[in-house]
Amino acid sequence: MTRPTEPVVELSDGAVAIAGRPVLRQIDLTVRSGEFVTLLGPNGSGKSTLVRALTGLRPLSRGQLKLFGTPFESFRDWHRLGFVPQRSSAASGVPASVAEVVASGRLTRRRLLRPPSRADRAAVAAALDLVGLADRSRDSVATLSGGQQQRVLIARALAGEPDLFFLDEPTAGVDLPNQHALAAALSALSRSGSTIVLVTHELGPLAPLVDRTVVLRDGRLVYDGPPLALDDAHGHHHPPQGRHDHHPGVMAPLDRTPHPHGEEASW
Amino acid sequence: MIELLQYQFMQRALLAAFVTGLAAPVIGTYLVQRRLALLGDGLGHVAVTGVALGLLTGVAPTWTAVVVAVLGAIAIEVIRERGHTSGDLALALLFYGGLAGGVMITGLAGQTGAKLQQYLFGSITSISRADLWFTLGLAAVILLLGLGLLPQLFTVSQDEDFARVAGLNVRAYNLLVAVLAAVTVTVAMRTVGLLLVSALMIVPVAASQQLARSFRATVAGAVVVGAGAGVGGLLVSAYLSTSHDLTVAPGPAIVLLALACFVATWPVGALLRRRARLRRPFPAVEAEEHAATHQVCDEQHAHEHGPDCGHPAVPHGDHVDYVHDGHRHAVHGRHYDEH
Repeated sequence: MTRPTEPVVELSDGAVAIAGRPVLRQIDLTVRSGEFVTLLGPNGSGKSTLVRALTGLRPLSRGQLKLFGTPFESFRDWHRLGFVPQRSSAASGVPASVAEVVASGRLTRRRLLRPPSRADRAAVAAALDLVGLADRSRDSVATLSGGQQQRVLIARALAGEPDLFFLDEPTAGVDLPNQHALAAALSALSRSGSTIVLVTHELGPLAPLVDRTVVLRDGRLVYDGPPLALDDAHGHHHPPQGRHDHHPGVMAPLDRTPHPHGEEASW
Repeated sequence: MIELLQYQFMQRALLAAFVTGLAAPVIGTYLVQRRLALLGDGLGHVAVTGVALGLLTGVAPTWTAVVVAVLGAIAIEVIRERGHTSGDLALALLFYGGLAGGVMITGLAGQTGAKLQQYLFGSITSISRADLWFTLGLAAVILLLGLGLLPQLFTVSQDEDFARVAGLNVRAYNLLVAVLAAVTVTVAMRTVGLLLVSALMIVPVAASQQLARSFRATVAGAVVVGAGAGVGGLLVSAYLSTSHDLTVAPGPAIVLLALACFVATWPVGALLRRRARLRRPFPAVEAEEHAATHQVCDEQHAHEHGPDCGHPAVPHGDHVDYVHDGHRHAVHGRHYDEH
């Protein structure tokens, strides 16, 4: 391990509540420049919520978040952030070309009411090149396969040339060849010194890239250190079965289990 | 027909129909992108109450309609932001509330339904000089903002989470689209009427997206269809009304012409999509796997497959499969393999 670099993400005593229900508690997480961090944990453990909190999409109910040393409230350098949200498709109600979707990632560096500059076009082309979709740039996004659409979303984050990436389940439902293409793109990024925070279920071909693993369970950080064999994070000690949704349980009173502490409720 | 164009009222009407057809589909594209195609219709119903308020108070109904429609748009946007599931219901409430309120207030104002009907179904040929300036001004604002902020509005409508992390003020842009939709509704009110307003925003987009592969092409095509339908529908109705002595209202003629464009482009679009799907490359398979399932096709071919044999030639790894009658035939030496 090389000497520590300066921290780019610092979350201290972070907590998130959704509709009054605590989802994340006591999270202390520091990510340093150039690190490749994966967030692992079972469904409902709060991985996605944590990434949404780190990008400011979910307000913290307590604790403090700093990005690049700046408190989040006064953070304005949006072009330094690249975000790949958890989505199954890059398409919307109207056709959009691959190049148009990727170009929207360039907005962090463009001024209002100005046409795109040569640098903007070059960045879009380079991003498409890196994910291996340069030949599809004029095609409608909806005609691409699911894995290719994920790569479009990654290219969109790349187009702004950020140095800190948050990726939320980019490999969910993506076939192996596409996962390899994705891993190649992330590996190139990581080598160029970008910091990467990746939420995932299964690392697959991404495993060799990871420097550090953070495991969440039931909204708490339970492991933070060098990469684990995946079994350790998902295998034997599954959390007790029971409710794992983030929404307050809504059931008809008659459906409730008679036992006040009963955790058998499942639907 | 030609002499009809020399009338001032006809020239005003043509100009109004042209700019309305130009501006409405621009906002319509963003609504379709958000899957809110019916929002314009809801706002049209709310604007009925605005018109009625104008009739009651003696203020120009166009202005009261703008104000009430903008308030309605903000209300819908706030409800949509708070909870996704209730958005559909909120729209329905606005539909009925707006229409019922409008009819009731018109009655209170002592006006007849005929007066209200002017706004419900449009009365483009009675458009005054002041109305024309109002239409031109608002259409210019819509075009300027709708096209000038295209990259931002596209991003926000495409993916709100991403736009927020990119530092865009998502709420402000959402409100802008809602307010511009309300303004469009009142601009189009004189042309096609409040009950058909949404058609001029949405139908051109539906027609254009059959053929377009990109967002910009969709907007451009929708604007062409909208402006063409606006002018064309007005001319058709004028022609039928004068030379064949038929009563053809311009509003419905414009909407039906736009729908005809959709009916014309839809089969073409469906055909293009089918062809694109047919010609998409088959995933490459390892050579050994092929060898294991090597299956020679016994079928006699009346011709040799080739670039001009008419069967779709689809790339498959390092060779080409010819698709016909549910088979994929690849040339292998002197015979064809089933792939």
